[in-house]
Amino acid sequence: MTSTDGAFVAFDRVQKSYDGETLVVKDLNLSMPKGEFLTMLGPSGSGKTTCLMMLAGFETATHGDILLDGVSINNIPPHKRGIGMVFQNYALFPHMSVAENLSFPLEVRKIGKSEREEKIKRALDMVQMGDFAGRRPAQLSGGQQQRIALARALVFEPELVLMDEPLGALDKQLRETLQFEITNLAHELGITTVYVTHDQTEALTMSDRVAVFDDGRIQQLAPPDELYELPENSFVAQFIGENNTLEGVVQEIKGETCVVKLDSGEIIDAVPVNVSKVGERTKVSIRPERVEIGRDRLEADAHMLKAEVLEFIYMGDIFRTRLRVAGIDNFIIKTRNSPDQTRLKPGEIVEIGWMPRDCRALDA
Amino acid sequence: MAEDMLAADGRPLKASLNRALRRQKLRALMLIAPLLLFIMVSFVMPIFDMLFRSVENQIVSETLPRTTLALQDWDATAAQLPDDPVFEAMYTDLVLAAEYKSHTRLGSRLNYEMTGISSLFRKSGRAVGRFDTDRYTDAFQEADPAYADPAQWAEWMADDEIRAELPRTADAYDGWAKMLVSVEDELPVEEEPWDFVYTALYADAQAGADLPISVDLSGVEPVSLQAQFEDIDEDWLDPDVWLTIKRYSPDYTSGYFLNSVDLTKGADGIEARPENEQIYITLFIRTMIMSMSIMGMCVLLGYPIAWLLANLTDRTANMLMILVLLPFWTSLLVRTSAWKVLLQQEGVINDILVWIGLVADNDRLQMINNQTGTIIAMTHILLPFMILPLYSVMKTIPPSYLRAAKSLGATNWTAFWRVYFPQSVPGIGAGCILVFILAIGYYITPELVGGTKGVFISNRIAYHISSSLNWGLAAALGTILLVVVMLLYWVYDKIVGIDNVKLGG
Ligand SMILES: Nc1ncnc2c1ncn2[C@@H]1O[C@H](COP(=O)(O)OP(=O)(O)OP(=O)(O)O)[C@@H](O)[C@H]1O
Ligand SMILES: [Mg+2]
Repeated sequence: MTSTDGAFVAFDRVQKSYDGETLVVKDLNLSMPKGEFLTMLGPSGSGKTTCLMMLAGFETATHGDILLDGVSINNIPPHKRGIGMVFQNYALFPHMSVAENLSFPLEVRKIGKSEREEKIKRALDMVQMGDFAGRRPAQLSGGQQQRIALARALVFEPELVLMDEPLGALDKQLRETLQFEITNLAHELGITTVYVTHDQTEALTMSDRVAVFDDGRIQQLAPPDELYELPENSFVAQFIGENNTLEGVVQEIKGETCVVKLDSGEIIDAVPVNVSKVGERTKVSIRPERVEIGRDRLEADAHMLKAEVLEFIYMGDIFRTRLRVAGIDNFIIKTRNSPDQTRLKPGEIVEIGWMPRDCRALDA
Repeated sequence: MAEDMLAADGRPLKASLNRALRRQKLRALMLIAPLLLFIMVSFVMPIFDMLFRSVENQIVSETLPRTTLALQDWDATAAQLPDDPVFEAMYTDLVLAAEYKSHTRLGSRLNYEMTGISSLFRKSGRAVGRFDTDRYTDAFQEADPAYADPAQWAEWMADDEIRAELPRTADAYDGWAKMLVSVEDELPVEEEPWDFVYTALYADAQAGADLPISVDLSGVEPVSLQAQFEDIDEDWLDPDVWLTIKRYSPDYTSGYFLNSVDLTKGADGIEARPENEQIYITLFIRTMIMSMSIMGMCVLLGYPIAWLLANLTDRTANMLMILVLLPFWTSLLVRTSAWKVLLQQEGVINDILVWIGLVADNDRLQMINNQTGTIIAMTHILLPFMILPLYSVMKTIPPSYLRAAKSLGATNWTAFWRVYFPQSVPGIGAGCILVFILAIGYYITPELVGGTKGVFISNRIAYHISSSLNWGLAAALGTILLVVVMLLYWVYDKIVGIDNVKLGG
C-alpha cells in the first residue's frame, strides 16, 4: 500500500515519542506524489503538528525514515530542506516590513537585489497584497497577515509547502475565500502541499487526498469522496460528516453483502467492510441522506426498520428529521426540500430502509 | 452638531461627560496622593536642594557684606593690594563675624578655593578685637564725654540727618547694635560702642563730615589697618587672598561646577587647575567607561542565561531563577567581602592558579583594589537587573519565529541574529539602562574593592558629603552626574527609542 518508490514525500514506518513513554506517532506510513494537496485531518492531540514538524525538521523521528524525493532527510537540518511553511499564528517577523519579511528567505539564499524585488512583487501580487509592501505585520488584518505568510512561504519557490492550521484564527467567510485561493495557488504553481486542519469541511473541499489521524495513526488515507462515502472504520465514519450508527452482530456474510442482527433484534443489510466472520460485533454506519422513507425506491426484499418521528427541523434546502430507530433516539435523516417530499410529523410511524451498499458494517 | 448633543437630563453631553471624567480623575489623584507626596518630599525636593546647593554661595556676602561691597571698586587685575576702605570694611565685618562665630565657616568655604584661608580667618577672628584702634575711642571720649554715653549715641543714630552725614558710622553702629541684641543679649542704649564704631566715626570725620559735637582730631595718630592686619598674618598682604574673596563674593557661583571639571577662576578668567589637582574629569571618564564595561559584561553574561531560562519549562526556569535572584537575598556587604576573600592576592583564586601552576607564586594576580575588582564585583551584583528584563522580554517571543526563519532557509545563527535578537533588543535596552544607571551611582562596592584606581565619582561625592563637608562641590558633581545620565538617556531615546524598552509583557 505505501510503496515509497517514486513518491515525492514519504514517511516510512515513522514513530515519535516526546517523553520516551508514549508514542505520539505510531507507525506512520505515507507517500505523496509530486503536486498533491494532502490534508492531515484529526482531532486535537492526534499528532498532526508533530508529523509536520518532523517533515520540516524541527522534531526528529524516534524511529523510521522520512524521504524527500527519494532521499532520507533525517539528518538534514531544517534550513537546508527547502520546505516552505505557513504557521498557525503566521509567525511574520514583527520588526520587519512585509517586503522585508518576503525578502528574508531570498537574502539568506544570496539572491541579487533586482531579482529579489521582482520575486517579492510577483509573490505579493499572487496573494493580491501588492499595495502592502511597506507595512508592518501589526498594521495588517488577520486575513492580510495570512496572505503575507503564504506569500513568504512561496516566494523562494519551494517544491513542498507545509501549512499548520493556517486559517484557524479567521472567520468563516474569510476562511472560505482563502481556502479557495490556497488550493488554486497550489495547483497553479504545481507545488506539493501538506495541510493540517481539524476542520473537516476544509479538508474535504481543499484536498486531493485526506489523511485522517487518530491516536498517532493514519486511520484512512483517501480522496474526499471516498473518505465520506466509503469510510474504512467507525472512527472515520463518525469523524467525517454526520453519521448514524447502529450496533449489532454479524449474522450472515454472502460475498458483497452481509446481514446484521441489531441489538434490538431487527435485521438489516450492509456491506461487510471490517467484519470477516459470523458472530462478530459490528457498528453499522449509514449517512443520513442515504436513508429512504418507504419501500418505493428499494429492492423488493430489502430489510426495513420501523421508526418513530421525534422531531422535524426545517432547514431551508433540506429537512432534518430525528427518529427513534432500533432503540436509539438520535437517528437522523436528511431529505431534500423537493416539491414531492412529504414533511413528517412528530409521533408518526414510518418505515425506513437503504441500499445495502450505503450501509457499512465497520469495526465495533 | 456635536455641541448640540444633550444628555438624558438635558445638560450638554460634553459637560456631563467632563463631570464624570473629573470625578474619576479626582479619585485617581487621591489614590496616588500619598506616594506623590512622599516622592515630592523624599525625592524631588532633595534634588532641587542639590541643584541649588551646587551654585549657592551666599555665605561670603552674608558674612562679609561691607568687604564684598568695598571690593567691587578694587581692580583685581592690577595685582595690588586693595586700599584702606576695604581694610576698614574687613575690620568691621571680621569683628562682627567673630562675634557671630561665622568666620570659621567662611574660612572653610574659602579654603576650597585657596588652601590656607581657613586658618587665616580663624587666627584673625581672635586677633581682630585687639587692634590699636582703641586710640580713636579714647580720643573721642576725651574730647567730649558725650561720645562715651550710650544713650547719646542711640539718640544720634536715630537722627536721620546725622546718619546721612555719617554713613560709615551709622552702618557700623547698626551692625554692632544688631549683634549686641542677638549675640550678647544686651541693649545698645546701655552699652558703650566698640572700637570699630569709633574707627568708622574717625573715617567719616577724615572724609570731611560734620560731627555731632566737633572734635579736633589733628593730634590723633592714625592707625594703619593694613599694618594691623599684617601683624596678624602676612597673608593679608597677599593680593590673592583678596582676589579669592572678591571672586567668590557673588551670591551665586559657578565655582563648584568649575571645580567639578578641574577648572578654576584665575586672574584672567577661567583656567585649568594645577596638574596635581585635576581628578574629576578623569574620575568622570573612568566612571563612564567602567559603568559601560560592567553593562557590557552584564549583557554578555546575562543574555545566554536569560535565553536559557526563557526556553526551559516553567518548573526548571523557576528553580534557576531563584539562583539568579540569590544575590538579592544576601547582604551587599557580605557579598562584596566574599569577593575580597576570593580575589585578593593570598585569596582562593590566586591560590588555585598557583597550585595549578598557571601563575608563579611570587607573581600572583592583582585582581582586587583595582578596576578589575570593581568590574567583577559590580557585574555580579548588577547581573540580575540585566537578566530579569531580558528574561521577561524573551519569554514573550514565540519559538515559532525561529522555526519560521529556519524553514525559510536561515542558518541557526542568521535566524538568531536577524529574527530573534532584534526582538530581544527592548529587553537589552531596559537591562542596559537599569544596570548603567545603577552602576554609575554605586559607591559601596567600589569603595570596598576598588582601591584607589577603581573608585567612582560617587565615591568622591560621598567623601565630600561626609568627610570634607564640601556639600557645594558634592552637589555640583551630583548635578553633573545627573545631567550626564539624562543626556545618555536622551541619546538612547534618539538611537533606540525609549518606547522600545520593555520590562516584560
Ligand atoms: N514539545 C512537546 N513535548 C511533549 N509532548 C508534546 C510536544 N508537542 C506535542 N506533544 C504531545 O504530542 C501529542 C500530539 O501533539 P500535536 O501537536 O502533534 O497534536 P495536533 O494533532 O497538532 O493537535 P492540534 O489539532 O490540537 O494542533 C499531544 O498529546 C501533545 O501533548
Ligand atoms: Mg497542531
